[in-house]
Formats: sequence, C-alpha cells, structure tokens
Amino acid sequence: VTDLLLFKNIDEPDLHTLEVYERRGGYKSLRKALEMDREDVLAELDSSAIRGRGGAGFAMGKKASFLPKGGMDKYLVCNADESEPGTFKDRELMQKCPHMLIEGMIIAAYVIGATRAFIYIRGEYDFQASRLEAAVEEAREAGYVGERILGTDHDLTLWVHRGAGAYICGEETALLDSLEGKRGNPRLKPPFPANQGLYQGPTLINNVETLATVPAIVEMGGAEYAKIGSPGSTGTKLVSVSGNVTNPGNFEIELGIRSRDIIYGLAGGPPDGHEVKFWFPGGSSSPVLTKDDLDLAYDFDTMAKAGSMLGSGAIIVVDDSNSVVDVALKTAKFYRHESCGKCTPCREGTNWTVKMLQRIKSGEATPMDLDIMASVQERIIGNCLCVLGDAMAMPVGSMIVKFRDEFEAYIEEARARNDALTTDEAPPEALIQGAAA
Amino acid sequence: MAIDPTRVPRFGHGSRVPGWDDAADLSKDPASVPDPATTPVPESLRARIEAHMAKYPDRRSAAIPALYEVQADYGWCTPEGVAQAACVMRLTPGYLIAVATFYDMLFTHPVGSHQVWVCTNISCSLCGADELYERFREEVGDDPAFNLRTFECLGACDIAPMASIDGDYVGPIALDEVPTVVEQIRNAQEVLPDKQLSRRKSVDPNAREQ
Repeated sequence: VTDLLLFKNIDEPDLHTLEVYERRGGYKSLRKALEMDREDVLAELDSSAIRGRGGAGFAMGKKASFLPKGGMDKYLVCNADESEPGTFKDRELMQKCPHMLIEGMIIAAYVIGATRAFIYIRGEYDFQASRLEAAVEEAREAGYVGERILGTDHDLTLWVHRGAGAYICGEETALLDSLEGKRGNPRLKPPFPANQGLYQGPTLINNVETLATVPAIVEMGGAEYAKIGSPGSTGTKLVSVSGNVTNPGNFEIELGIRSRDIIYGLAGGPPDGHEVKFWFPGGSSSPVLTKDDLDLAYDFDTMAKAGSMLGSGAIIVVDDSNSVVDVALKTAKFYRHESCGKCTPCREGTNWTVKMLQRIKSGEATPMDLDIMASVQERIIGNCLCVLGDAMAMPVGSMIVKFRDEFEAYIEEARARNDALTTDEAPPEALIQGAAA
Repeated sequence: MAIDPTRVPRFGHGSRVPGWDDAADLSKDPASVPDPATTPVPESLRARIEAHMAKYPDRRSAAIPALYEVQADYGWCTPEGVAQAACVMRLTPGYLIAVATFYDMLFTHPVGSHQVWVCTNISCSLCGADELYERFREEVGDDPAFNLRTFECLGACDIAPMASIDGDYVGPIALDEVPTVVEQIRNAQEVLPDKQLSRRKSVDPNAREQ
C-alpha cells in the first residue's frame, strides 16, 4: 500500500478547519503552484495522467488544455452533485477535508486562468455544504480566495451553490443549466463546455476527487504521481463499497489492485456466509460483473475490457440471497424517476422498462418480453443528448444477458402462481363490468 | 380482451394521472414581472435574495437559492412567496415555478415541517430500506407535521438503511428504533446521536493506522 494521498489524517479532529489543515502542510502546494508558470503546472497535471474521477474517466490535464488561452471570462466548476447510486466518496472528503478541495480548485483556476469558480453541491448534502461554506469563508479571510491571491495578480471568487435534488444535474451540461438558474436539462454537445460552458464562456468542470488530488500532484510532481497505480490508470482512487458487505464505506486504494481484495479484503465480503452473486463496479450505471470477474484488476482499462466501467468507483455488491429481478426493477425505477424528459428514448424507454419488469414480477410476462426489453435498451443507447438513458440500459441489459436463466425461471414461476389462482367458476357478480350500474 | 375499468384506480375526473387538469385559468394572461409598488416583500427575504444574486454574473443563477429562502420563510414555495422572489429578481413567477417543479427538494404544494426522507435506492434496499419505510409509515400515520417520503440515493450507502431527517443523515436505522426516532423528531431532539453521519469515522483501515 502506498501512502494515502486523500485520506491521510482524514479522521484527525478539526481537519476541516484552516488551522489544522495548514498545520498538516495545507496550502503549500498552492504557494508552490503560484510560483510556477501556468504551463508548467498544466504540464505536471498532464504528466500525472490522472483520469477524471467523476465517471467518464477523461484525462484531466487534457481537458484543462482544451480551454482557450487569453483574457476572456473563464469559469471553473466543481461537480459535487454526487448522486450516482452507491457513490459517497466526495461526501466524506468534503465533510472532513474541505480545504483540500478548495486548494485544488484555486490551483486549477490559476492553471486555466479562471477568475470565477463555483462548487455545485447536491442540496441533500446540507451538512457538507455548510462545512464547505465555512471553509471558503476561512480561505477568503486568509487571502487564498479573493483579489490578488497571496500577492500575485491572480483573482478568484469562489461560491458554493446548492442544488435541489436532481440526479441529472451531475451531468456536466445539465449542471451548467442548473447553475444558470434553469431546469437541469442537458445541452447538445458539441459545443463542449471547454469552449462554451457556463454563461457561454469557456468552462472547466471536474469532480471533487479529481480537484482534491491536484495539491498532491503539484506537491509530488506529475511524473512521481504517475508511478502510483497501473499504466493508463494512475494514482489512488477512493472507492465506495456498499450493499451486501459487512464493512461498507470509503477506501483509498491504489488503482490496479484485485477487485477481490477490495470486496472481500477491505469491505469484508457478504455477511452470514453468503456468496457474491454480482456487483456493479462503478455505480448503478455500470454493467454488472459476476463472481467470476472478482479477480480482475480494478482499474479503468481492465473494467472497460470486461464490458463494464470503473465509473465513479462505487462498488455495489449483491449477494446470492437477492433476486436479480428486484435489483433490475430498483435500478430502472431510479432512472425513470430521474430522467429529465428532454429526449424521448430515455423518457419513454425508462418508463417502459419499469413497466415490463413489473409485468415480470406480477406474472404477466413471457420470455419473449426479455427480447423486447433488450431491444428497448438497444434503442436508447446512443440516441439521447446525455447518457442517463444509457446508464439504465447498460446495467439492465447486462443483467438480462448474464442472468437470463434466472429471469426466465422467475417468469415461469410467477405465471404458474397466477395460473393456480384461476378457476373454472364464474366470476362474482360484482366484478362483471356494468353489473354495478 | 376488454380491460375492466373498475380494476384500474382512477381519480374523480376519470384520469389515472393526478392533477393533470389542475392548470391555471387559461382565460387569464400569464403573470408578468410583479410590480414592486404592489408586491410587498419582507425586508429580510429581500436582503437574502439580493445577496445571492450578487454572487453570480447572471441574476437568474440565484433562482434555486431564492426559492430555498422562500421555502425557509413560508414552509413551501407559496404563490405569494414566489411572487415576492420574482419581484426581487425581476423575473416572472412562471419562470421560478418552472424551476421549482423540476427539483425534488423544492415543494410546490404544502408539506409537513419535519422532513423524513427514507432512501430506498439499490444499496439501501439491499439492506432493508423498503421495510424501514413501511415501519415509518405505520409509526407516523397521517400526522400532517411530517413529510415522510421515499427518496432516491441520498449518497450515504455506507450507513444503509438510512434516512435524512430534517437534513441530518442518520443510519443504519433498525426497525425497532423507528418509534424512538419519531418520538425524538416530535420532541425536537437530536435523532439517534451515535448514528449521526456527521460523527462517523472512516472505515478505511489504512486511514486509521496513519
């Protein structure tokens, strides 16, 4: 195990205050970065090869380099709308070490030349938002945020913006619309936010964990950071393990360790002697993997090769005491509720998937419904402005493929249960249509 | 086979969709930006909304914060409150209502003052959240002081099954703790102090050693 970067001293009392954070070496990276040229800091981020921790896994240095140079109004937005089911890593980071995120944001803003920065935090995280607001206020008083930061000619305003409960606002363009005070509907891409983002200005959007890693990269140097983890997936990653495990929580791991070591080693595996049936490797949007995949290395490329994705690093473990139909229905219902309704394939497809799964549960379905359901998923993927619909279609589709036998057995069982209820007797008078009138 | 209409629960107007015909009077013109002369706005509400507007290059960005302020004062986004916010922000009430209806945490109808949101997403339901919600429903009954509802992933799967109670995350809540929880909410006490997320330590063994 390498030294922890993000969770170091995480439970130290009052680490959320500026005093303790500075005593632990906080804001040293900011001073170091401000003495360097912007291009040099960007080169460090680039050579660290850190990939975005929010879900898409896009190289952070590359994304920052897409922003146009020059003196126009540029924006930095931190995506703290952590709503992906199973994900709760940013919550712990913001609650216990908010200054690490703020320091990372000031450095990132310096790199791209942004003078306005916002943290878009989900409204449900009331306690964490208050902590962040207090921390930003402390940073402002200490001169880290505001005009002429630490005597340089770099200015930055930083505000915490609370969302109001919408999963879709974690999608970057929907987040920008919501931050502009509109309904959170995704935008057509391109133009990408790097060219036209917040208020139509060039905007860099990064996840909390990505930005919180920036001080560590500046401190140790990009090349040194790239030595941690595996090639293509550098660095450490916070993983949130939940579901049927004995020790659920956040763990900081080096990317590339065996998945089994996370699920069984750190999180303790399923309780009461149960076995892992399947698991979501990167939040509820990622196609599920089975117990045969437990020995895969946990990194971006291996997960992609296995037909899934690392996503936000949220592992949800489902053990053999649960029915795959129930989990599929829960998953589909979530996306039906959170679909913003802008694109038809997602709005209707999520709704129909829920209805078909409910038919399976009530014993009204036939195995042919599974094929229809698979074709619905096929027609959602790639046909919408954002990937919310895909995020339902991929896991539900993967469950149907990998557990088709169980789906079919469930359908037969539920149908047999219904058949047992029918009799040859005539229905009671009251149930016959029009009899009451 | 004809579908028996009596099998499908319907609302009074014959539709299965609640409130689909609740629309405003269509013979009226949409409300315009409220006139400050005829829209009295409490001084403190005005000051707070103006402070929010000052943070952003575009004042409309303060829509959600302004609606939160309205909700803090009136309990929900009342038509009068929304008109006051619209008056301060120089927007139409319709613009703000359109924003409010999009978000789960902005209420466009009256709700109870105690917010009890039980997470019933994947991880929590694997740990028994649906039973927990049913238990809460039995215990709370039809008490109008409670806004008890299920919620999509609240981002606290490590303490599943959990609930957000007046903004505080609490969990894991056992079924037999529900009466205590409801009692504590009624008496305005801190709910299950040792199960509050704000006091939870990290479970990462490596973080503990360092």
